[in-house]
Amino acid sequence: MTQIERHTFDVVVIGAGGAGLRAAIEARLQGRRTAIVCKSLFGKAHTVMAEGGAAAAMGNVNPNDNWQVHFRDTMRGGKFLNHWRMAELHAKEAPDRVWELETYGALFDRTKDGKISQRNFGGHEYPRLAHVGDRTGLEMIRTLQQKIVSLQQEDQREYGDAESMVKVFAECTVTDLLKDGDRIAGAVGYLRENGTFVVFEAPTVILATGGIGKSFKVTSNSWEYTGDGHALAMKAGASLLNMEFVQFHPTGMVWPPSVKGILVTESVRGDGGILKNSEDKRFMFDYVPAVFRKQYAETPEEADRWYEDPQNNRRPPELLPRDEVARAINSEVKAGRGSPAGGVFLDIASRLPAEAIRKKLPSMYHQFKELADVDITAEPMEVGPTCHYVMGGIEVDPDTAAAVVPGLFAAGECSGGMHGSNRLGGNSLSDLLVFGRRAGAGASAYIDSLGTARPTVSDRDVEEARRAAEAPFDGDGGENPYTIHSDLQQTMNDLVGIIRKREEMEEALAKLEDLKSRAKRISVAGDKIFNPGWHLALDLTNMLIVSECIARSALIREESRGGHTRDDFPAMSPEWRKVNLVCRPEDEGVRIDQQPLPVMPPELLSLFERDELNKYMTDEELAILPEGNA
Amino acid sequence: MSYNARFKVWRGDDRDGELEDFRVEVNDGEVVLDIIHRLQATQTPDLAVRWNCKAGKCGSCSAEINGRPRLMCMTRMSTFAEDEVVSVTPLRTFPVIKDLVTDVSFNYQKALEVPAFAPPADLALGEYRMQQVDVERSQEFRKCIECFLCQDTCHVIRDHEENKEAFAGPRFFIRLAELDMHPLDTRDRKREAQSQHGLGMCNITKCCTEVCPEHIKITDNAIIPMKERVVDTQYDPLVWLGSKIPRRSASAANKALEQGDLAQAELHARDRLRSKPTDPAALLALADSLRGQGRFDEAAKATRTLVDNAGRSRGARLDALTAHVFALLFGIEAGQLSLDRHEDEVAATLQDAQRLASTGTVLAGAHALHHLVHGRLAEAAQHAREAIQWDVDRPRRADDLVTLSEALAGLGQEEESASALREARSLWPDNPRLRTAQDTVRDMGVAAT
Ligand SMILES: Cc1cc2nc3c(=O)[nH]c(=O)nc-3n(C[C@H](O)[C@H](O)[C@H](O)COP(=O)(O)OP(=O)(O)OC[C@H]3O[C@@H](n4cnc5c(N)ncnc54)[C@H](O)[C@@H]3O)c2cc1C
Ligand code: SF4
Ligand code: SF4
Ligand code: FES
Repeated sequence: MTQIERHTFDVVVIGAGGAGLRAAIEARLQGRRTAIVCKSLFGKAHTVMAEGGAAAAMGNVNPNDNWQVHFRDTMRGGKFLNHWRMAELHAKEAPDRVWELETYGALFDRTKDGKISQRNFGGHEYPRLAHVGDRTGLEMIRTLQQKIVSLQQEDQREYGDAESMVKVFAECTVTDLLKDGDRIAGAVGYLRENGTFVVFEAPTVILATGGIGKSFKVTSNSWEYTGDGHALAMKAGASLLNMEFVQFHPTGMVWPPSVKGILVTESVRGDGGILKNSEDKRFMFDYVPAVFRKQYAETPEEADRWYEDPQNNRRPPELLPRDEVARAINSEVKAGRGSPAGGVFLDIASRLPAEAIRKKLPSMYHQFKELADVDITAEPMEVGPTCHYVMGGIEVDPDTAAAVVPGLFAAGECSGGMHGSNRLGGNSLSDLLVFGRRAGAGASAYIDSLGTARPTVSDRDVEEARRAAEAPFDGDGGENPYTIHSDLQQTMNDLVGIIRKREEMEEALAKLEDLKSRAKRISVAGDKIFNPGWHLALDLTNMLIVSECIARSALIREESRGGHTRDDFPAMSPEWRKVNLVCRPEDEGVRIDQQPLPVMPPELLSLFERDELNKYMTDEELAILPEGNA
Repeated sequence: MSYNARFKVWRGDDRDGELEDFRVEVNDGEVVLDIIHRLQATQTPDLAVRWNCKAGKCGSCSAEINGRPRLMCMTRMSTFAEDEVVSVTPLRTFPVIKDLVTDVSFNYQKALEVPAFAPPADLALGEYRMQQVDVERSQEFRKCIECFLCQDTCHVIRDHEENKEAFAGPRFFIRLAELDMHPLDTRDRKREAQSQHGLGMCNITKCCTEVCPEHIKITDNAIIPMKERVVDTQYDPLVWLGSKIPRRSASAANKALEQGDLAQAELHARDRLRSKPTDPAALLALADSLRGQGRFDEAAKATRTLVDNAGRSRGARLDALTAHVFALLFGIEAGQLSLDRHEDEVAATLQDAQRLASTGTVLAGAHALHHLVHGRLAEAAQHAREAIQWDVDRPRRADDLVTLSEALAGLGQEEESASALREARSLWPDNPRLRTAQDTVRDMGVAAT
């Protein structure tokens, strides 16, 4: 008989990245007994990989910065598909959340007058990213981890038990959420260390599980990014928003195979790096879309002058927005002009002296040297688009982070709405803090509203969840989970990747059906103790749900916007801007509904010039614009 | 370009296990973690391993590769010969859960024992003011990715379960140092480090610094400054010599060495060797004392015995090989040993050591000297520069500087040569190599002062 452990908490936070940890801190500060559950060791979540920084309009470097400017930048970046209220809360609260980290012990880089330094980043009007060199994510996760530890030390002094209020369940994978009627009643997971099942009885669950990149073959994401939170929410009856919007970063490493997908920072291009195809042609000049013609150089000569004299010259086309560059690289490779490993060449070696490269791009120099044995001061890098971030996620109420299922909350990359169709660099780390805290507070308020009427867990549901999780051990000689995973990744990469077409997505959906039925026949070897094959079998269920959401939404949205590019509908459509696509579970699959995008109130609309709104809105919308936008 | 590699991977649990042999495909540009993943996908679906970022950022994939603590995702297959057997084993200092996965909860327990950051109570949000120069020292320690390789390699707890309770380990010494150096922390971390976290048990072997993938100078920048400050406030008889460490027991010879009395150290060491001719600590002390007196040929004899008796622990073997190769090279440089006769021995020792070394940088100083005695000056200078970056131990660093100075003199870079020599002298004025170096540099027409 399988062992089952039982625990009772007020709040169960699933995920120990920036969002989960900040949520847990808030829940504990509000007096809630809180569990933190995560798939990896404590302190290893994906947030650790973030480099650039956390965006917050503190105005330390440029005093003109304020929340309104940040709000505007965020809406532009998302091509006006963001939930305005989330963007507003985010812009307003990010500075306090970053400053708070200092009180927990974070050591950001400083300005001359001793404040937190801020750096420039794509899409941000002013220097705005609080950072620590190129390891901001590590600083954030360690700081939050150490804050949790400090709270545990307080509890130790107060109650004689460090884990009396906050307990971390590391390497514990949640496989199902539990409900009592229509409300959340807890969660079920298993401890990887010994295969024991764990039942968490709790009236609230906060999902903070991060992204979905592992459904794609080439990704900058880690093994944890299998869309568990997205899938858990769907299975519990909640809804997902904007799943068609997946951010592909144009430059990931493509060689060697071991590091395919790992990020090559945008600064390489900012510092003069150029993109070339196998014919040694600087091809980006062929890919400047009409709307950008005015701002971008037409000849290499002019482009090269820009680095020295940006006032009198137009920008090099290598610095077009991420989606444009990614698309161009993709076209070159498809046309047979790619590099040997299937990317294009990113050349900085012939552009700057070796010494300057080492000085300006130390981490890239070492990354290529150590991982690829490539000396970027002597030879070009091979790069190609890599799946980086999912804008889509669990539909939540902006103020409380509550999902549509009572007792369920979500924050961080697994939630949706904040970033619209495209996320600005640096806006994720601040998102984690702002909405992590709001989720913790939201859960706490919900518990107050319950009074004594707490939901209860049914043994039948627990038994059901356990059986489902153990199913891959039944029988043998079935499908190998590793093979199905690699087929899924290939399918998503090839058919629902960066450029999308109707026929290809239809083909993808057919393949997904096939993969779903193959996944039912998976069999795994070995026992339940730290068994990666079994774990992958469980992850696959989630990846398949998420992949179907992406493919179905992408098929329906007939326009190109941010992280969703349709070859057959290349333009942005004001009509589609008014629409959110919402995924809900239905039978064995996914149903997609169209739902109106919440309308931005006049005082926020008035932050934009009419000219700009013209590009996004329908005539009807423009006709009723308030005075301020005249 | 792919080949079939031979792998030995440890499989088992906390009770039982063994090295299992595998033949597995290796492709261009792959790292050890890729090979482990290929084994999972094709041969052993339940092989347990931890990993996350696959970019050296999360510190999950720690293991011992050919006996050296390393990150699997940052160890390229191209660092091994195609016919070499690559062994991958779990961290030895922690109990195994399964295969390559160990129970590292020791570290989380220790983290809980370090009192949290204690800021001044009266600062509001956004009011913190700190200068970049003041946060930089602590920032170095905050680069730590918690791979626990330093904990694994530290001999105070490696194979010494009994020390675990009292000893927090290098990872948490840097945490204490970080807080100690934090411009706004208000607690007395030095005293705590000594009284609560076992700082006194560390005898500065620097193994932790050597394995740190983030190149944090754990010993030089955290442990030693903490110890020095502890000495300021409280008497610490164990500054250099750990009391609980069998390998470097607080012998009379070592004490004399510490006090700089080389003749006395030699006497004590020889005394000890009379009763136990292969005692490693005594051999090392003897070699050190001879080397300090400029008697490199005799030192090489001692280190040769040391190599022959180093046993099977990789750390001890590497120490012995390194000491030996340096003794040989110093002897050759000083004309006490013949290059022709000893070249094979030098090359073989260097190769053996390199195989055991965790990083290319550990032996850079020896490589530099090797090039120098062969007259390959540019290479010598390059390796010496690299060595200076990583060698934190004073005498080692001083020697690297001497090597650099000589190479530069030969290359006609007079000013740099002289300045390296000056720095070398300031680090270790009594270094016997300085005498010949000064001559060399003068011969080359450089004003040595
Ligand atoms: C290379 C790279 C660089 C980046 N740089 C930046 C940057 O500079 N600035 C920026 O703002 N953003 C950046 N991002 C994006 C940003 O890092 C992420 O979006 C963000 O860290 C996500 O945080 P999170 O808290 O939502 O989830 P994560 O940090 O990913 O944490 C997810 C947690 O959920 C747990 N979990 C998942 N599933 C389960 C389950 N079934 N059971 C139990 N636990 C589970 C995991 O174990 C983990 O603890 C970058 C991303 C990458 C890949
Ligand atoms: S220097 Fe100290 S902490 Fe580091 S490995 Fe040696 S004894 Fe351990
Ligand atoms: S100090 Fe270095 S070796 Fe030790 S845990 Fe941190 S990163 Fe790893
Ligand atoms: S997998 Fe993150 S350090 Fe190796």
